[in-house]
Amino acid sequence: MTYTDRQQKRAEIRAMFKSNVRRRLWVDKIVVGTVIVCALMAIIPLIWILGTAVYSGVPALNWEFLTGKPGAVGAGQISIGPAIQGTVIIIALTSLIGLPIGIMGGIYLSEYGGNSRFAKQIRFFMDVFMQVPSIVLGIFAFLAIVLTLGYYTVWAGAIALSFIMFPIVARSTEEALRMVPWTYREAGAALGLSKMVITLRIVLSQAKKGILTGVLLSISRVGGETAPLIMTILGSNIFFSGFDSSTDALPLRIWRLSLQPYDEARIAGWGAALTLVIIIFAIHLGVRYFFLRDKSGKGLRGVLRG
Amino acid sequence: MAKQWFKRDEKEKKSLLSDKIFKFAAAAAGAYVLAVILIIVLQLGIESMPIWEEEGIGFITGTDWNPVPGRESFGAFPYILGTLITSAIALAIGFPLSIGIAMLVMIIPKKIGQPLGYLVELIEAVPSVVFGLWGLFVFRIYFRDLVEKPLHDMFGDSIFLFGGTPFGLDIMTASIILAIMIIPTISSISREVMMAVPQQQREAAYMLGSTTFEMFRMAIFPYSKTGLLGASMLGLGRAVGETMAVTMLIGNTTGLRAIPQSLFDSSQTMPSIIANEFIEASPVSLHPAALVGIGLILLAVGLSINVAAHFLVARMVKVNEGPIH
Repeated sequence: MTYTDRQQKRAEIRAMFKSNVRRRLWVDKIVVGTVIVCALMAIIPLIWILGTAVYSGVPALNWEFLTGKPGAVGAGQISIGPAIQGTVIIIALTSLIGLPIGIMGGIYLSEYGGNSRFAKQIRFFMDVFMQVPSIVLGIFAFLAIVLTLGYYTVWAGAIALSFIMFPIVARSTEEALRMVPWTYREAGAALGLSKMVITLRIVLSQAKKGILTGVLLSISRVGGETAPLIMTILGSNIFFSGFDSSTDALPLRIWRLSLQPYDEARIAGWGAALTLVIIIFAIHLGVRYFFLRDKSGKGLRGVLRG
Repeated sequence: MAKQWFKRDEKEKKSLLSDKIFKFAAAAAGAYVLAVILIIVLQLGIESMPIWEEEGIGFITGTDWNPVPGRESFGAFPYILGTLITSAIALAIGFPLSIGIAMLVMIIPKKIGQPLGYLVELIEAVPSVVFGLWGLFVFRIYFRDLVEKPLHDMFGDSIFLFGGTPFGLDIMTASIILAIMIIPTISSISREVMMAVPQQQREAAYMLGSTTFEMFRMAIFPYSKTGLLGASMLGLGRAVGETMAVTMLIGNTTGLRAIPQSLFDSSQTMPSIIANEFIEASPVSLHPAALVGIGLILLAVGLSINVAAHFLVARMVKVNEGPIH
């Protein structure tokens, strides 16, 4: 092989290498471009939805709409006062049932259960239960409570929703408690405190930020839930009138309004949707701003994402 | 002196007792979830007993749906099929998008990546009934005029998928809305799963001179495929159980008509038929039992999908460093 031959061979290889690299870089660019398009395709609907909610919902919003009693549809003013009131009541009752169970469950998983087999099973079933189709919980609450009592009641809805709430709260409480350094507990034990006192006074108070985050996010999840409410609180046109009659809730009202063929109903539906979205996003952004700003909070959000 | 010792003993006993009670209460709250699952399954099983006795296995395979008293006949097959089809299409659309988002969040700087991830998470915070409202009043109209009608005009006669009459209330619209709704679930889990791939693997791939895409292909995907499968199944579980948005968009047909002939056909899913008919069902007929039976099937499907998904994800996140298997 002469010198020029070798030179030629080298040039060939170099050209091959160059074209190969060029191809690979192109493929890389195309993939990155595709990936950006993917993100846009997810973000655009979100912005579109929020934009429509604001655009179509704002005209409906006024004091009468938010607080008044709904009149006859197609004839006059539609109002979502009872729906807002019902949502507040139902969230309060749901929290009354769901929070104690959830927080105690979280305490068990973090402080007592540890890595025992029982605790692992409970953790597993909570994760699975979090994803159970929510309408099934509604059916259960209907069969167990509405059928037994003989009337629609806000308690049935609250119990169905508490089934959604307590696993979320339990898992996020567990994560929050685990972040409290072990030495704090040892310090408490060295002072001769019982485990209950250590848990309640030291660990819980250290983890309250994390627990509150989980609680608020679970409330925002529960507040938008519609399916289980259809057969438990039914919806009504009047303000809350006792625990033995049907109640209204915002998501339920939105659904009912969407079924009506009137333009007013559609505008009112968007007004109600905007109200609901504002409430839920306020909780989310508030949590984000006050609790999750500096820390990554990875474990916690990991739970809530599931 | 002796008296004081005695007092302290009492106190300690008391605190021990309260300690025990507290521990018991905590354990009971933990075990609550097991009790709840058991009771729900039992309750649905017992209440749907009449329909299983009446129809037997035909309840799953039958296609009739007639709640008129005297001619009652119930078969859940169209709704099971509708659920599976919509969820499958939603997954087929949503999964690649979610993986793309997870990849993007991993490769762009944290300053942009975190807000982007949060924006995607916000999709999950939008209540499903608002998705439904948007789908019903806004998206459906555009989708029908800009996508469905042209496709139908061009391929309607030759490809059965695009047959039917595009109306907007059909499988395709419902599936697309579902796809958007499951994106946050899949993308956040799959990002977590891909993050669980040891840093050294990624660095090794970069060190060999690979581009970003090649790094994903060689170092991350082979490692995390189990977890990605699990993430997609979690999304599937979410799609299967989704009620409101689908109910508002799928057209809600019953019986044989609910078996879709094309993508532009209206149909019905298990959650949507429950949401539509549960309240109106006459308590003396078999109708409620049939709907509870559908609820039981839905619960079984949902639970099994999620159990499988959790095993897959847990296995992945636990994985330690080492060669790719």
